Amino acid sequence: MYPKWLWPVFAIPGVFWLLMLFLVPFYAVIGVAFGGVDPIFQSPVPAWNPLQWNFDSALNTLQGFLPGREYWQVFLRTAEYVAISLASCLLIGYPVAYYISRHAKKTKGILLVLLILPFWVSYLMRMLAWVNLFSPDGYIDKFLIWSGIAPHPPDWLNGNPVSVILALIYGYIPYLILPLLAALDRIDKSLLEAARDLGASPFRAFFHVTLPLSKTGILGASVIIALPMFGDYYTPNIISGSPRTSMLGNQIDIFFHGGPQPSVGAALTLFLSVFLGILMIYYMVTIAKAQKEIPS
Amino acid sequence: MTAIAVGSASAQRSALARARAWIANPWGRARFLVVVSWAYAISSILPVIIAIQFSFNSGRSVSAWQGFSLSKWYWGDPTNSVWHDSTLQNALLQSMKLAGLDMAIATPLGVLLALGLARWRGYGSGASNFLMLFPLVTPEIVMGVSLYLVFLYLFTFIHPSTLAQVLGHVTFSLSYVVVIIRGRLFSIGRQYEEAAADLGATPSETLRLVLLPLLMPAIFSSLMIVFAISIDDFVISQWLSCGGACDTIPIRIYSATRGAPLPSVNALAAIMVYFTLAALVSAYLLFRYLTRGERPAAGAHGATSMVGDMGAF
Repeated sequence: MYPKWLWPVFAIPGVFWLLMLFLVPFYAVIGVAFGGVDPIFQSPVPAWNPLQWNFDSALNTLQGFLPGREYWQVFLRTAEYVAISLASCLLIGYPVAYYISRHAKKTKGILLVLLILPFWVSYLMRMLAWVNLFSPDGYIDKFLIWSGIAPHPPDWLNGNPVSVILALIYGYIPYLILPLLAALDRIDKSLLEAARDLGASPFRAFFHVTLPLSKTGILGASVIIALPMFGDYYTPNIISGSPRTSMLGNQIDIFFHGGPQPSVGAALTLFLSVFLGILMIYYMVTIAKAQKEIPS
Repeated sequence: MTAIAVGSASAQRSALARARAWIANPWGRARFLVVVSWAYAISSILPVIIAIQFSFNSGRSVSAWQGFSLSKWYWGDPTNSVWHDSTLQNALLQSMKLAGLDMAIATPLGVLLALGLARWRGYGSGASNFLMLFPLVTPEIVMGVSLYLVFLYLFTFIHPSTLAQVLGHVTFSLSYVVVIIRGRLFSIGRQYEEAAADLGATPSETLRLVLLPLLMPAIFSSLMIVFAISIDDFVISQWLSCGGACDTIPIRIYSATRGAPLPSVNALAAIMVYFTLAALVSAYLLFRYLTRGERPAAGAHGATSMVGDMGAF
């Protein structure tokens, strides 16, 4: 019906765009990370030819992640922040998604709208809101003093890991709930009815049917928010701005913006990508396995 | 005396037990879930509402309420209001400029790419499909660093500028458009186009008169999504920024929070929220208008499918 050449021609401009502005730039990171450094100006000299790659400085940077070395602390802290935020997001997000997919009938529409609303408010604006709330004369401290919970509220905004983690949870949880909701919606309800008919209690039915069936959804949603969280640098910068809460992203940011060695920053970016790539592959393998297990 | 104490203790226990039973609600839907869901929904939006509230503060604080003033930080204050502070005004314009150009470039490019990728079977199509997915899962900082470096060392004719920012924004928006359009393509199937061809339409007529109108709702969803993610973007805009003149609203918010913010920054952020909400409502109305023949009956379904479409990412 259509000429055969039409679809490739349609695809060419977009593919060309992605090649030039996504793939080639990534190659530039590799070139800078494995390139040399100008002996006089200390500026990076990228190496475009793989044969001229020099792995010494990149390996040096990689060794910085060993226990006790300069990036070990930052790496540990990043992993810790991401793990705590992710776990809290799941603990809050799963019941919400479950309720909306299973039980909310009349209120489903309005709850969905409320769930989507944060997507339409800029992330930075939502962080600004927390800066306002966490200020020394802000609503949170006023409430804590008024209620007597904490007569001397802590300093929230200068290197306090609690507020950074709270901000991470608040910032990323909307991106977790929606995919989780989609996954829960896909579960065949007749399976649950079968479990109940065969005498399973609601709890048993949940733990033996719903939860296992939503495993891939949980994993997918977790990956969706874990990947950007690992690269986050603006949340800790806005909420704390102190090196005591700096994450991997902050380290990269420092090396480029005013820092001395962009090539070290490029190497760190490369490691971050490889690390996240491994995470992605693990996710895809698990999904593939799960799809084999469940005959559809 | 003891009897009263025992009585009040048992009353307390039964009140506790009653509260627990009310929450667990064994014969109906679990109220625990209701409480958690509504608490989450409200707490997800309350801080933003409070931030908007402070854009109407009559004093200079963004954390203590000093009285209501409708216009002070929007246009009333002669030096610091959004209207009179040229850096804030500039940020607003820059954000709108980037979002507009992004919509104008990424949407047509993405529609073509989606059509191409969905129907092109041949050498390179698999790899292209794979490549398209990558920007969706790449953390923004990786994309920011790589674009920054490529403009610094390889495409040296492009300097950090509005142009560089637009190129970056299109790069990360493109895949979202492809995903949305492709979803719609699969759901409409090919039978309409086949019918048109059987009835004698030429390929270009089929494309223009059958496929394009059918894709319209998804194209509008894409425009909305591209607008939203472009105006929301901070990382790419910052890495490719040329300095003050390239500052977008998120960049201004970012630098303001690290200094001593005035309510005018809240006003700027609030203006963005008003814009987005207005766009959202008009898009919803337009979406309903465009898909008016496809709903069995008007009602909640339209809203949910729209919400589903927009939450596609």
